[in-house]
Amino acid sequence: MAKTLAAPAGARRDLGIALLRMMIRIRVLEEGIEKHFLGGEIPGFAHLSIGQEAVAAGTCANLRRDDAIASTHRGHGHTLAKGTSMRGMVAELFARATGICKGKGGSMHIADFSVGMLGANGVVGGGFGLVAGAALSAVQRKTDQVAVCFFGDGATNRGPFHENLNLCAVWNLPAIFVLENNRYASTTSTAETMKIENVAMRAAGYGMPSAIVDGFDGFAVYDAVGDAVERARSGGGPTFVECKTYRARGHYIGDPERYRQKTEVADVMTASDPIVRMQALLGEALSLGEFERVWAEAREEFADAVAFARSSPAPEKDEAFFGAYTGDREPGNPVHDFEARERDEFLPFAPNVGTGSQGSGH
Amino acid sequence: MTATTQQQTGTTVMTNVEAVRTTLHDALVRDDRVLIMGEDVGARGNVFLITKGFLEEFGPERIVDTPLAEASIVGVAIGMAMEGLRPIAEIQFADFIYPAFNQIVGEAAKTRYRSNGDYTCPMVIRTPYGGGVRGALSHSVSIEALFYHVPGLTILAPSTPADIKGLLNAAIECPDPVLFLEHKKTYRSVKGEVPGGYYTIPIGKADVKKAGTDVTVVSYGYNAHQALDAANRLESDGVSVEVIDLRSIRPMDKTTILDSVRKTRKLLIIHEDNKFGGIGAEISAMVAEEALFDLDAPVRRLAGPDVPAMGYALPLEEEFLISTDEMVQAMRDMAKF
Ligand SMILES: Cc1ncc(C[n+]2csc(CCOP(=O)(O)OP(=O)(O)O)c2C)c(N)n1
Ligand SMILES: [Mg+2]
Repeated sequence: MAKTLAAPAGARRDLGIALLRMMIRIRVLEEGIEKHFLGGEIPGFAHLSIGQEAVAAGTCANLRRDDAIASTHRGHGHTLAKGTSMRGMVAELFARATGICKGKGGSMHIADFSVGMLGANGVVGGGFGLVAGAALSAVQRKTDQVAVCFFGDGATNRGPFHENLNLCAVWNLPAIFVLENNRYASTTSTAETMKIENVAMRAAGYGMPSAIVDGFDGFAVYDAVGDAVERARSGGGPTFVECKTYRARGHYIGDPERYRQKTEVADVMTASDPIVRMQALLGEALSLGEFERVWAEAREEFADAVAFARSSPAPEKDEAFFGAYTGDREPGNPVHDFEARERDEFLPFAPNVGTGSQGSGH
Repeated sequence: MTATTQQQTGTTVMTNVEAVRTTLHDALVRDDRVLIMGEDVGARGNVFLITKGFLEEFGPERIVDTPLAEASIVGVAIGMAMEGLRPIAEIQFADFIYPAFNQIVGEAAKTRYRSNGDYTCPMVIRTPYGGGVRGALSHSVSIEALFYHVPGLTILAPSTPADIKGLLNAAIECPDPVLFLEHKKTYRSVKGEVPGGYYTIPIGKADVKKAGTDVTVVSYGYNAHQALDAANRLESDGVSVEVIDLRSIRPMDKTTILDSVRKTRKLLIIHEDNKFGGIGAEISAMVAEEALFDLDAPVRRLAGPDVPAMGYALPLEEEFLISTDEMVQAMRDMAKF
């Protein structure tokens, strides 16, 4: 039976509490997103990572602000863990001008370059190339930055996964591939779309070292990614880390989840909820009072962010037309010749606007 | 969602999404070479529940849940089509078709030409496209112009349930590859009568939705419905607008467009896809070549702005999309000329 481990002390204890705090912040954020989505304040599509928080928290705890990550369509946790502010995040989800992307992106497209977050991605597999490129840039600029790619099991059936694993391995790039194997790609069971149990086998095919970890255990993820980061920073090349995890909510908010039993979800979460797990791992090193305070602080932070979002304006409609080209806000820039604001202004032959140069057809 | 098999006689009222569903269903029943492949088409029954229950009825060999691999969904469908089957490949959202671009442009479109007709590619690629559902950067795109340039491809974008049925049947029958575009905003918002029994609508034939004498409006997809609304509103003001729903984007129905333009002497083209290098550019060039001296006004295009995506916040999405009011205004301005 489970033997009682000694409670972690010193730096390890601090790490555990930091991981716990991050996981709870992510959980509170996502439970809040669910609530406000269902309440109609968050539009569009949103994918939650509840159950998978240990991967985001454990991975990003190894990273510096100037390291890069590429995220997925399920990216709220990665974004928060990489250091984006709760306010900027929530305001973006509420489609406000004060959001990190000024309301252009929303849940699936959040990006925060100021903290090295190269973007959530509505296109599955969109991040592989970006990470390889960021890693190659670090090498050429002779920095010790690393780049981390988050992705799901489904994404590993796409070509860019294979192309970039090969490329990062053969060029020995400081890249870390963090797989969140949550057993499903959308509504399709992973067992039906691949013949192998451990995707990490695929890394071996490209000559890349790999680790397989319990993705519910924040320490385990932290340690495995920590080794990978150390290897990458010291010129040892890329690593593949497969985190065995589980998505406790539907593929998207509103998913009727006909493809799995409710009991399956309950069983996994009862046994493995990463927050409960971390609380247990910390044992006596964390009092119940401290644990509850972490939750209370996260809830306060989230409530503040919601208030901030609600009091923020929506973006100006004209913002739709800007940002496609450098300098496109400057009058007279040639991009204006073919940009579509014309739609509103172009009435050359309206009777009271005519300049006399038209109308020769009459 | 309603019954899967449509009655043979009489008409049934259904939505666009139901029309896609019943037409696919009846094709599977009619022809055992027909099969459907794509992501989440099996147990889930497609994101919009179009294939719900098909897996149970037709089995996993004909309702194929694929891995997440668009290039291969299309690539495999091409191979099956070359070797005697009639695959209908689904790209879950049009925004995800780009990995398959190489297969579509490099293989499917060239198969007949390079084999001098010995091999054909009787394949349909279906995909929901278009915005207005807050899908932002990656669930809102229009892709027709990207494929429009490619000889060998047929591109259809019907806007009503009856046209969906007739053209989807025609696409499945067609010996060449067809890109079949379904505007997702019309899926549940558009309803109409659909004749019973099997029928096809000829590919390359536009539909004059409303006859008029003052301005010709050419559109397709969701915009075609708005254009018709706008034209009807103007009727009481004495402005007579002829509304053409293209239905087939490539081949283009030159005859219907030119006949109309020669009558009204004014042409307004409306599409949600970006303006620059869009479908409207080709239509206006065609009209300039064939009927310039029949025009009384410059051709006008009302189209999506030239920015790479629709924003997420409502004002950004609305500003990208063309409102019916804008259409009314444009039609009125043209008529005054
Ligand atoms: C290229 C592409 N194809 C399809 C989709 C639709 N889609 C969104 S998420 C998803 C499943 C992704 O599975 P996985 O990579 O395992 O990530 P998870 O959802 O489990 O986090 C699919 C099919 C997409 N967004 N992009
Ligand atoms: Mg998955």
